Amino acid sequence: MNTGMSVIVRTITRLVYGPALVFGFYVIMHGHLTPGGGFQGGAVVASAFALLLVAFGAAGVKGHLNAHLLQTLEEIGALAFLALGFVGIGTAFFYNLLANSGPLFGGPVVPLGSNSGVFNAGGTLPLMNWAVGLKVMTGITAIVIAMLVGARKEESE
Amino acid sequence: MKKAIILVAFLFVAAFLLLAATSMRPFGEPSFADMDDYFIAHTQAEVAANNAVTAVVFDYRGFDTLGEATVLFAAVVGVLALFRKLREDER
Repeated sequence: MNTGMSVIVRTITRLVYGPALVFGFYVIMHGHLTPGGGFQGGAVVASAFALLLVAFGAAGVKGHLNAHLLQTLEEIGALAFLALGFVGIGTAFFYNLLANSGPLFGGPVVPLGSNSGVFNAGGTLPLMNWAVGLKVMTGITAIVIAMLVGARKEESE
Repeated sequence: MKKAIILVAFLFVAAFLLLAATSMRPFGEPSFADMDDYFIAHTQAEVAANNAVTAVVFDYRGFDTLGEATVLFAAVVGVLALFRKLREDER
């Protein structure tokens, strides 16, 4: 069974993997401040995992990435997103109850104009970004793993 | 003969698109800008988020995002079910 690509690709993957993860999590964390959000950052993190899978092969990451665990995490993200939608059900579905009130992301009204960098603001937006980010990164990684393993199985037949 | 038909079809579609392009509105001037103006003016005060796009996606249009998330969930479940079938066959 093929275990991965050449040593050049594996070395570059080792170099790029960490910064790609950090950038992806940064895009998810700062979804309510800077361009990007849960979907985009989750896709960046998933692309880092996909790079790992392509470079080291399905056998190389066996035991580190489990498709069923990833699927469970994806469902947890989906349920968290739905639960956050129900937080403001007293007013309306997806009403932002936490904005401008309370200690959890209910920070001050952000000053108008360009990015002021107030992280503790946005109400449910950061929490929803984290939920969607978890969902997207684990979901796409699970798809890539399942397809890679399935393709390898077909190849070896 | 076949090439002539393809050429005529291509020219027809291209002329149609060019005709539509001549009557397009100028860039940055949509016919209805009321919602855009509301989002730009009220996002930072109502949602306390600097990123107006995230505010629209997760707050004002949260229900759309729920649909998107459901699409991704369906895709993951479908792919895993498809390849699990292949794995069961091998046993």
